This record gives sequence, C-alpha cells and structure tokens, in this order.
Amino acid sequence: MSNSLKTRGLVVLFCLLLSLFALVPTLLRGNVPSWWPETFGPIQLGLDLQGGMHLVLGVDVDKAVESRVDTIIDQTDIRLKEEDIIYKRIERRQGDRLVVQVYDEDEGRKVEALMKSEFPALEPATITGAGGYIEKHFRLSDDEIENIRDYAVRQALETMRNRVDQFGVSEPTLQRQTGNRILIQLPGVADPDRAISLLGKTARLEFKMVDETANIQEALAGRVPEGSELLYERSTNRATGVETEIPLVVSRQTVLTGDLLADANVRIDSRFNEPYVSIDFNAVGARRFDQITAANVGRRMAIVLDDTVYSAPVIRERIAGGSAQISGSFTSQQATDLAIVLRAGSLPAPVEILENRTVGPSLGQDSIDSGIQSIWVGALMVLVVIVVYYQLSGLVAISALLMNLFFIAGMLSMFGATLTLPGLAGIVLTVGMAVDANVLIFERIREELALGRAPKLAIESGYSKAFSTIIDANLTTLLAALVLFQFGTGPVRGFAVTLSIGIIASLFTAIFVSRFIFDFYLKNRNVKRLSI
Amino acid sequence: MQLIKPGINIDFIGKRKFALIISLVLILAGFASLVRHGGPHYGIDFAGGTLVQVQFERQTHAAEINAALADVDLGVPVVQRFGEDTNEFLIRVERSTGELQGISMLITESLEQSYGAGQVEVRRVEMVGPQVGKDLRNKGMWAIFYAMLGILAYISWRFEFRFAVGAIIALVHDVVITLGMFSLFAKEIDLPIIAAFLAIIGYSLNDTIIVYDRIRENLGKHNKESFTFILNRSINETLSRTIITSGTTLLVVLSLFVLGGGVIHNFAFAMLVGVLVGTYSSIFVASPLLLLWQKKTAKAA
Repeated sequence: MSNSLKTRGLVVLFCLLLSLFALVPTLLRGNVPSWWPETFGPIQLGLDLQGGMHLVLGVDVDKAVESRVDTIIDQTDIRLKEEDIIYKRIERRQGDRLVVQVYDEDEGRKVEALMKSEFPALEPATITGAGGYIEKHFRLSDDEIENIRDYAVRQALETMRNRVDQFGVSEPTLQRQTGNRILIQLPGVADPDRAISLLGKTARLEFKMVDETANIQEALAGRVPEGSELLYERSTNRATGVETEIPLVVSRQTVLTGDLLADANVRIDSRFNEPYVSIDFNAVGARRFDQITAANVGRRMAIVLDDTVYSAPVIRERIAGGSAQISGSFTSQQATDLAIVLRAGSLPAPVEILENRTVGPSLGQDSIDSGIQSIWVGALMVLVVIVVYYQLSGLVAISALLMNLFFIAGMLSMFGATLTLPGLAGIVLTVGMAVDANVLIFERIREELALGRAPKLAIESGYSKAFSTIIDANLTTLLAALVLFQFGTGPVRGFAVTLSIGIIASLFTAIFVSRFIFDFYLKNRNVKRLSI
Repeated sequence: MQLIKPGINIDFIGKRKFALIISLVLILAGFASLVRHGGPHYGIDFAGGTLVQVQFERQTHAAEINAALADVDLGVPVVQRFGEDTNEFLIRVERSTGELQGISMLITESLEQSYGAGQVEVRRVEMVGPQVGKDLRNKGMWAIFYAMLGILAYISWRFEFRFAVGAIIALVHDVVITLGMFSLFAKEIDLPIIAAFLAIIGYSLNDTIIVYDRIRENLGKHNKESFTFILNRSINETLSRTIITSGTTLLVVLSLFVLGGGVIHNFAFAMLVGVLVGTYSSIFVASPLLLLWQKKTAKAA
C-alpha cells in the first residue's frame, strides 16, 4: 500500500516535471538554450490567433495541358516546314487535341510518319473533314495528360516555395492537397495583397517579335493576321501617372522565354531615377538572345509578361553577353516583386484563389486576450461552485483541474499541436467537463457514506464504481473528437485536438491524481468524517 | 452542501407526455423557421462568398458603409456591426472570385475613397470559393454522420442495441433543436458550428451514458421492480451529478459566450443551447425511449 502510494506519487511528479519541462520554451520565449525549443517547441499559435494568411490556390491544370499541346504544335510546325510537307493548317482543338489538315492521303501519311518518330506519345486518328480535307488528329494519352497535370501542380508548388523563401516569411507552410490544390499558410504576413500577387502571378516571360506589317485598326476590329496576336502595352505617363494601354500586334511565335533566365535584379535608371529589372540569361539563353538580336536588327522586340507587353524596344544592334532590361514605370516595390518572381521561375499554369482567410495581427491578439480571459473566468466560477459544494474534497478536485490545464498545455507543446481559437474553446469546454469525472466519483462516495461506510472504504468503492461510467462517457466523447479531427479542416481540427488532449488529461487527473491526493491524505490518519 | 436530498424520488418518466410536447414544440418551431427561410442560414464557409471585417477610425454606421460601397459591383453587401460598442463592421458579399485582385481589395479601396486613407483597417478577410464551400459542407455532414455511427457501434458493444438507439435518437433530437434555434435567432452556420455540434453530441452523450450506466446497474440490482421504477430511480440517483456537471459546464460556456469575443460568439451560442437541450434530453428523451422500446418488444413477443 505504502509502496504503491510512493510509485503513484512518483508518476504524478514525473508528469508534472515533464509538462513543466515541455512548457519552458513557451513560457520563457527564446531565453533558453536552443536545444530546448528544438525538443519541445513553444506552443504554436494558429493563424487566427497570431494573424496571418491561409490560402488555398487551385492550379489550372487544363491550361498546362493546353500549353504543352501548343508547344508541340510550334515544334511540329517547324519540323513540317523543314521536311517540306505540304499542309493547310495546324491547330489545337478541345484543349488536348492537335489537328493537322492536309490536302491528300500522301501528305497525310508523311505527317503521320513524322509525328510517330518525333512525338511517339501522341495517339493518332484520321478524320475526313469538311471540304475534302483530311484531318490528322493527335491527342495526348490519358496517362500523359495525368502526368502533365501532376507535374504542373508539383512545379507550381516548387516555384511558390522559392518565391515565399525570397519574400521572407518566417515558418511558411506550403502543402499539396488533393487534386490540383495547394495550401499556403503565411503566419504574420504584413501585406496580404502583396503576398497574393507575388504568389499567384504566373510570371510567364516571353520575347516576341512585333509584327510591323499588321494594321492595328484591322486587328482591333478582330482581323488579326494569321500567326499573330493582339496584345496591349501598359504604359504610365511619368508626369501625370495616368495609365494607358497601347495595342500592339506581335508574332504568335515566342522567340525566347523566361525559362532561360539565370538571374533578375532591380536596378535604378539614372536618367529618370526609376527602377527597372535587369535580367541575365544563362549560357543557352545568352546564345539564343545573341542570335535573335543579330538576325533582327532594326525590328522591335516585345517583352511580354503574362500576356501584357512591358516594353517593345527597337533592336539597335546585336546584343552579346546575354543581359536585357525590363522597364515599365515600376514603383520600387513592383520592381522588387517582379525580380523575385522572375528569379523564382514562372508558374507552369495560372492559379486561382479558392479560399483565402486572412487575420490581421491586432484581431488575433484580441482573440487571444478574450479567449484566455474566458478560460480564467470560467475556471474561477467552476472553482467556487465545486469548493462550496464539496468543501475539502472540492479542493482535491480543484487541484486536479488546475493540473489538468497544466498537462493540456504541456501535451500541446509535446505533440507540437497548434492552438487555434476553436482550440481555446475546446480547453474552456474541457474545464467544464473535466470536473464531471470528479463529480461522479464524489456523488458515489456520498452514496456510500450514506450507506454507513467508513471514509476509506467509501472512497475506494466510490472510485471503483464510478470508473466504468467515466470511461464509457469519456471514450464516446473522445470518439466524436477523433472523427472531428479526421474530417475537420483548419481551425476545427484545433478544436478536436484540444478536446481530445483535454479528455485524456482529465481522465488522468480525475481518476489517478485525485485518488492519489485522497490516499496520501488518509495514509496515516484515522479520519472519521470526510469533508465532501 | 447538497442540492438534492439523497432519497429524492421525482416521477420523471410519468411526465414523459409533457416532455414529448415540449420537444415537439421546440422541433416544430425550428422546422417552421427553417422552412420559412428555405433551409439553414449558411455562413461563407459553406455558402461561399467573401467576408471582410473592417475597423473604422471614426464613428460610422451600416447605411454609410453601404453608401460607400454603392459604386462597386458586389451584388448586395450585408453590413453588420461586429460586437456591441465597437466601431467594427462585418461586410459580407455573396460573390467570391478566384482572381488575384480579390473582392476584399475592391471593398478596401472604395471604403478608403469615402473615409480617407488610413481611416479603415481591414482586420480579417475570408474568401471561400463555391467549390471549397461545397467540399466543406460535405465534409461536415460526413463528420457528424460518422461520429453518430461510431457512437452507435460503441454503445451497442458496451450496453445493448436499444440503449444505442435511444442515445442516437436523443442526439439527433439535440442537434435538430440546436439547428432550429440557429434559424430562429437568425444565426449563421459556419465551420466552427459543426465543431460545436460535435461537441454537443459528445456532451449530450456523456450525460445520457451516465444515466444509462445507472439503469444498467439497477437492472441487475432490482430485477423484481418495474422498468418504469428502475428508470425513475436511476435518473433520481444521478440527478445531483447531472445538475452539478451541467451547471459547471453552463458556467464556462456562459463565460465563453459573454467574454469569448465576437469570432467565437456563435460557437458559444450553439454550446449554450446544446448543453441545456442535452441535459434535458438525457432525462426526458433518452430514458423514456427505453421504456417505449420495452413496451414495443413486449407487445411483439
């Protein structure tokens, strides 16, 4: 008996010390040796408490498939011309289909042979189109489409991770979710709008030759020449700050892309004291840039970012060395952000925001304050009721309750759980429910005492009779909490976590710890009357 | 101190017809309100849309904010004061957009035009696209369903099947009434409310099981007595505990309701209703259901 009492005392002491040990980094915030928070990190606050941004972005994977088909079309176009195969037109249809129209069977067979050797992954089909043309259809296999989609999401995630790293957010979370969704959590981000535009910008940089022969008026009326497209050049008047959009017809073919960039940096233009972004190509890019500029001296080259022309300077001479500049009346922040996204690489497909929850830091602090306050007020009221009702035994229950709160905090730190606003509510709720186990036990003890049992015996049978009730009642609640954890998302999960931890901690404190206090108190005393 | 005298014997089961009327009135009132409003009043988590919480430097009111937003194409924004004496407002728009320049920026910009730059602080933005809203709604429904299923299995295993059925009906009773109250008080159902519903399920179940546990115990002890007697006796024996636990839980939920802050307000409201109804149902719904089951099977046999 005395031995078991000692063991139980040690168990309680051990749990107390372990919780205290786990809580030190939370309580002292950084004033501890670094191994300490590495073992038991401080309790993480959810975005709703510390402020920050929770974003779910959807990658437009169909666009990635389309752009792959477009790339194949560009390459095929070049190869067909090289092989002198006569064809009427080549185009993309229904997103994933490549169609080559030819005039007769002979050329059709040549097209098929060429495609088979160049792009073996494409599945061919022949359809006789209207007007006697033969249409050779090629489509990507389902596996290939699946691959492209998957790769697009993975690459988008990778690119965004690079961008976030350069943006400088502490402890960001980027995760791939089911399908084409990416979850991004940025704690304590100061300028949410800037973060969104930085993360979500496709940043597809393309260099295209301006189609000087095209008539702008015709193009504006919808008659864009074959092989060209109508884009707009964004320009800001330096004196008035008014933005205007100038239409420009450029060749559809991209001569060079941002994939070949090695670096991008912000520089200041000394003439207008205006920032611009200077870009450096890698070796392959530099060579191609050299060739292109050499071949097109005197013509205009448009620098296009996400289908907006930033500038379209005239190529005055061949440019060796592989650097260029993007200017476009930027503010210095715009220029910085542009440099970041160019360095981090472009997104393989556009993204859209599916979910955005942003909490400002001041609101988070308000929530913490009111949450903590409601825990203390609630706990205090429970304390008073229990002590008034159960007197000295009530004090035992109170010590168990306080230890319970302490253990919950300790376990939150040990499991690296995140505390959210609903999580705080879960703790408040646990305070209310934690006393239930003790109430059950005390009521049993009272019943036993009413039957005339001695205090020691009454306590013993009170605990043993209430035991199965407490287990059944708590396990079912735990079941509900676990289901909540499994199906819940975000903040709701925080509630499930604290509720589960609270149930486990309260089982331990109500059954084990309070029993120990009773036994310890009654050890060498012959108590006649129990204060209950 | 004792609130309930040990030998107390209130005829709870005898009042079951009266309890049935109360339950029916509560459920029907909720249903009527739900039908009138065309279903539950979903918040943006489930309906999709955009919510912006804005704090103003100077005193203002909803009509002025609405006027400031009149130029933006937002559909009909719903402007609500957040909390009581604050200068904070919730602006809710049904539309959501996937575009990077979100609706929240449009709102902020047009508010700053009317109130002046620096006069408006955006404290919270929530934008949920329709697809995500639908996903969340489905997930919430499944969570409640699976929780019920798990509970049914557990109680069938630990007790008997009829206890499980009684407990589940009592739970459905509690959730339906709370849902009805949300509709009656024109409160929105959001993601945290699903958490509250599951907490209510957990709490009410806790209560029911404690009474059931006593019934199980008394069935063994007093096998000569009538079932009604056993039910009544069990409820009376656990009455003191029921009142103390409900009381302490109500105290903390009340403190959450009053002090917990605006974001958690509806959650606390759900818990408040849930704890009251849950306590009531374990006495007046779950136990009489066992009697009903007993009578049905006796007739069949």
